[in-house]
Amino acid sequence: MEVTESWYLVLGALLFIIGGTGLLIRRNPLVMLMCVELMLNGVNLTFVAFSRMFSDIRGQTVVFFVLVVAAAEVVVGLGLVVAILRRQPEATADDLNVLKG
Amino acid sequence: MLAQLTNFEAPSVDWWILAPQMILVGGALLILLLTSLSIRKIPSWVSTLIAFAAGLATFVVAMFLWYDVQDHGARSTLAGALGLDGFSLFFTVLTALGVMLTTLIGDAYGSRERMAAPEFNALLLCAATGAIVMAAANDLIVMFIGLESLSIGLYVMAAMHLGRKVAQEAAMKYFILGAFSSAFFLYGIALVYGATGSTSLTHIQSATLTLEVRGTPPELLFVGMALIIVGVAFKVAAAPFHFWAPDVYQGAPSPVTGFMASVAKAAGFAALLRIFFVALPGEVTEWAPIFSGLAILTLIVGAVMAIMQNDVKRMLAFSSVGHAGYVLVAVTTGTAEGLASALFYLFTYTFMVIGSFAVISLIGWNDGHDIGRYEGLARRRPLVALAMTVFILGQAGVPFTSGFIAKFYVIQAAVDDELYAMAVVAMVAAVVGAFMYLRIVMTMWSRDVEAVDAPPLAVSWTTGLALFATVAVTLVYGFIPQSLIGFVRDAVPQLVAGG
Repeated sequence: MEVTESWYLVLGALLFIIGGTGLLIRRNPLVMLMCVELMLNGVNLTFVAFSRMFSDIRGQTVVFFVLVVAAAEVVVGLGLVVAILRRQPEATADDLNVLKG
Repeated sequence: MLAQLTNFEAPSVDWWILAPQMILVGGALLILLLTSLSIRKIPSWVSTLIAFAAGLATFVVAMFLWYDVQDHGARSTLAGALGLDGFSLFFTVLTALGVMLTTLIGDAYGSRERMAAPEFNALLLCAATGAIVMAAANDLIVMFIGLESLSIGLYVMAAMHLGRKVAQEAAMKYFILGAFSSAFFLYGIALVYGATGSTSLTHIQSATLTLEVRGTPPELLFVGMALIIVGVAFKVAAAPFHFWAPDVYQGAPSPVTGFMASVAKAAGFAALLRIFFVALPGEVTEWAPIFSGLAILTLIVGAVMAIMQNDVKRMLAFSSVGHAGYVLVAVTTGTAEGLASALFYLFTYTFMVIGSFAVISLIGWNDGHDIGRYEGLARRRPLVALAMTVFILGQAGVPFTSGFIAKFYVIQAAVDDELYAMAVVAMVAAVVGAFMYLRIVMTMWSRDVEAVDAPPLAVSWTTGLALFATVAVTLVYGFIPQSLIGFVRDAVPQLVAGG
């Protein structure tokens, strides 16, 4: 069976869904951060696959922008996680329950 | 594919178009440089002054560019990635005003609550830059970068009181849900790119209008549009994507909450309006029903949930959800009048909400915002109570305030477009919401209980100035809205292809 671009589209969608599901069900703040990365990389794969389909280099340049943004986002996220864990070690998302939303 | 790079030509840059962004980023860098290089401790008013000056300079440059655009037409730069039109300048003006007011409020709040002033002001300027980029972007990726600059700045600003448990929780919730929604927005962009072959709004517009098919099913475009709507609906706190709003509004420092509710919401709507009104008008039959569903749900949730709160910050958070509903009603119309009424609503709401959070920041010492604290405020501080009354009545939509004109304008646009059901829901939601607003006003004016351990309410001149300005704008546009209506009618988004 030939592996075409659409396989990568499906893989990108799967990564996005796995990341999204993980973000919603996992309680460890670090794993939640990793899930965000998984979602963004699923999108990156989608961009590259479309870029190959259209033979259009712009889709691949997008990936660089997304990587930079994702790195910035993780820096802030890690900062928050570290600050929270320093005050309450072993904290999970369930321990953040003062506010009722 | 790399062969395309041999004839690479750097796009021309029109620095005037970039001036507002450069002033704001320059201000942020100046604050960071000064505070990190200085040996002695720099007083906090210096960074406030720099941030205020940057906001003022942005405002002046934007007004200058506004008259230029009205005379010579819209243009774009950076190979058509960033546009300059009435629409982008409208949001530049709104953001600049929001920055100026927030620095004024944040100054006194920061010294009382020991919040680091340089970081607060530098992040404020960075976030404001992102908001302007979102409104001016003519390319979805540029819009995404603007959205992220705005969001990342806000994540940190929401966490400025990291010593407090509430702030930690608010910041973490905001970060996780913000990153989640950004990923949705980005995936939507990827699918729209797959459907149209470009992320440029100019190209997307022509591709969808001429129904140029690239061998991809049209569903791809629809799913992409839906994901973009979900991503932005999180940012503007539209139901059912509003869960984070009450918690984050409550936990974040009050000046930050004001900025979040005004500028961040406006920037989200700027992105929505630009994508859907300008780039995808050919698909209006597809997206209008989604927006009408969101609008009705948001109006109902905002009005009903607000009644059940006892914390003033949470009340205003749900009221802010409700206000997003009114703007969504205007978005659903898809007409030029709908666009103008959405802009009018966002502009007037900005002043009312920043003003109310200024009052909340005065009263909420030690992070308590129970409605009991507002008992007898009119007796203790009549002027503060009067200002709060104006903001609250304005948000309720009482005549002779700008909020009334804004609601009236939106409902009129909906009726003109024969969206009668939505107009009725909007009016009913206004009546239900009025109950909550009147409860705050009644608490302030009717009872006369001196709060036991209340420290004396100190109003610094900066906060006083911000309160005066916001009250004045709310009242002036309530009596003479014509000038603002002219302003929003001229704020038309236009796509200019890059040369």
